[in-house]
Amino acid sequence: MGRKVLLEHAKIEGIRYYDTYRKHGGYTAVEKAFKMAPNDIVEEVKKSGLRGRGGAGFPTGMKWSFLAKPEGVPRYLVCNADESEPGTFKDRYLMEFLPHLLIEGLIVASYALGSNRTYIYIRGEYAWIVDILEQAIDEANANGWLGKNILGSGFDCQIYVQRGAGAYICGEETALIESLEGKRGNPRIKPPFPAVKGLWDCPTVVNNVETLAAVVPILNMGGEEYAKIGIGRSTGTKLISACGNINKPGVYEIDMTISVEEFLYSDEYCGGIANGKKLKACIPGGSSVPILPANLLLKTAKGETRMMTYESLSDGGFATGSMMGSGGFIVLDEDQCVVHHTLTLARFYRHESCGQCSPCREGTGWMEKILKNIEYGKGKTSDIDLLWDIQRKIEGNTICPLGDAAAWPVAAAIRHFRDEFEWHVQNPEESQRRNFGLAHYADPLAVNA
Amino acid sequence: MSVQFSDTKLQEVQKMIARYPEGKQKSALIPILHVAQQEFGGWLSAETMDYVASLLQLDPIEVYEVATFYSMYNLKPVGKYLFEVCQTGPCMLNGSDNIIEYIGQRLNIKAGETSADGLFTLKTVECLGACGYAPMMQLGKHYREHLTKEKVDAIIEECRKNAAANN
Ligand SMILES: Cc1cc2nc3c(=O)[nH]c(=O)nc-3n(C[C@H](O)[C@H](O)[C@H](O)COP(=O)(O)O)c2cc1C
Ligand code: SF4
Ligand code: FES
Repeated sequence: MGRKVLLEHAKIEGIRYYDTYRKHGGYTAVEKAFKMAPNDIVEEVKKSGLRGRGGAGFPTGMKWSFLAKPEGVPRYLVCNADESEPGTFKDRYLMEFLPHLLIEGLIVASYALGSNRTYIYIRGEYAWIVDILEQAIDEANANGWLGKNILGSGFDCQIYVQRGAGAYICGEETALIESLEGKRGNPRIKPPFPAVKGLWDCPTVVNNVETLAAVVPILNMGGEEYAKIGIGRSTGTKLISACGNINKPGVYEIDMTISVEEFLYSDEYCGGIANGKKLKACIPGGSSVPILPANLLLKTAKGETRMMTYESLSDGGFATGSMMGSGGFIVLDEDQCVVHHTLTLARFYRHESCGQCSPCREGTGWMEKILKNIEYGKGKTSDIDLLWDIQRKIEGNTICPLGDAAAWPVAAAIRHFRDEFEWHVQNPEESQRRNFGLAHYADPLAVNA
Repeated sequence: MSVQFSDTKLQEVQKMIARYPEGKQKSALIPILHVAQQEFGGWLSAETMDYVASLLQLDPIEVYEVATFYSMYNLKPVGKYLFEVCQTGPCMLNGSDNIIEYIGQRLNIKAGETSADGLFTLKTVECLGACGYAPMMQLGKHYREHLTKEKVDAIIEECRKNAAANN
């Protein structure tokens, strides 16, 4: 059994409510925090090695220490609960079952950063979770953990929940801030970064739900202890939401010491491929990260066991590796069509592009159209090269990383599954009736880097 | 339908505005549009948007800009029951295409259309964060997960019963 520091109590009946949560050690991190100076909390988080769980993996303590503190200007903490990256549903689980864990983490972080008004920006579709969070906030207020002069510290804090209204781009931190200001979710040009000029032009920290929840065990056990979990710079535990063609889809907390193979096949986690089928491919970190064929998923190109850590998942770069991303683990079995799957992702990014930058706005539309042609038997061989060319011209040429996020899945699908695209083009009728199958399965040489 | 919140709704709206610092009431726009959509027939007419603009002392264009950006706002009338079925990768891997087709057959509509009796609208949506419980759809405030044809039948039945009971 791996170590659990976030979901340890998730299955306890009534843990959603204050009394039960408190009885199981809840809010001790807040008690501890208010005996510390805010900067010491930042130091503790630095020591823990915690990296942002929203996708980019940026060290949280460092991010906190960048927050500007001009005299007389409010500072804001915003919790990113937009969770819209296909394959990702871990924050939902945390908020639904352990709302007080998030609230506790938010109080500690608000105190550390000096945020008197803290917002949780939650995707609009999670409507019922808004009620769960607001109830937890009411309970925290009623028990003196929020409000004025918390625990006699002189520090005031209130937490508010803001519902979005359906836009993946609002997960990008500057688009989120725009949305929180009541505008369209158009990402801002950086710099200035939110740490200097964020919500209402004030210094702002935006952190993911899981990141902020992890602050609780970090305070409770101390940063150094937390850093002992995991391997190297992948410290602590990570929530992985596993889906696709597996026996046990769901949300799992892993300590970052296990191999991908163990995660995929052991009964403690995914329980293997569903219906006794074989593994074809996997997108290990949410739809934006590169897809890997079976052979490269389980072992790196160097032949080493691939581990569920930030470093190991990205070993080999984009040529033969992928990324931890948001922890959305999407598994494709031998019957799945990579072209079709990539098409659904291309459609997703076209739908979600905010339209500010032409490479992203136009490019995502072209990629969807071309993929549709290939998938439905109307593609040409030159289309595959055209797709490659388009994705390359989006990457790095846009205001926000959604452009890259749209380009990478297409690039990786062509890089590793070019045969399958060609087969669609060459066999337009047959490809409508059956799938390409497993030509790449366990064939390490099929990788054209 | 006259576009005017009841007193209780107006209080709710005031509470939303109070979440933000003085003068930042525009931040309440997105949550208030949700309330307005729910109160005024499940969609946002120009009249509704203008009303929300007047409540928040915004120019109507500021409201239109936002309403047209976010996919949860319906800009034309929808049926009493809106089936928002996810069609993104992970749901597709678990058969969402078949579920969408089946719902379409059962209700005799295509995605984006409303059934002749005005009861049902079918809308395809992108990943709703329920990929492990696929295929799925949103119906009102809640998710319906692990959909099968039988479950779809039962949901349609349930909606028809509710509609009959409320008439
Ligand atoms: C298109 C796009 C969508 C994103 N969606 C999310 C999201 O849903 N949730 C999230 O926490 N971060 C998301 N991010 C990352 C945020 O911009 C930001 O890096 C993150 O919230 C920072 O928190 P962390 O440091 O705790 O990870 C997204 C980024 C991009 C470019
Ligand atoms: S990259 Fe795409 S989503 Fe990001 S700002 Fe540009 S157009 Fe908008
Ligand atoms: S892909 Fe359908 S809920 Fe995520």
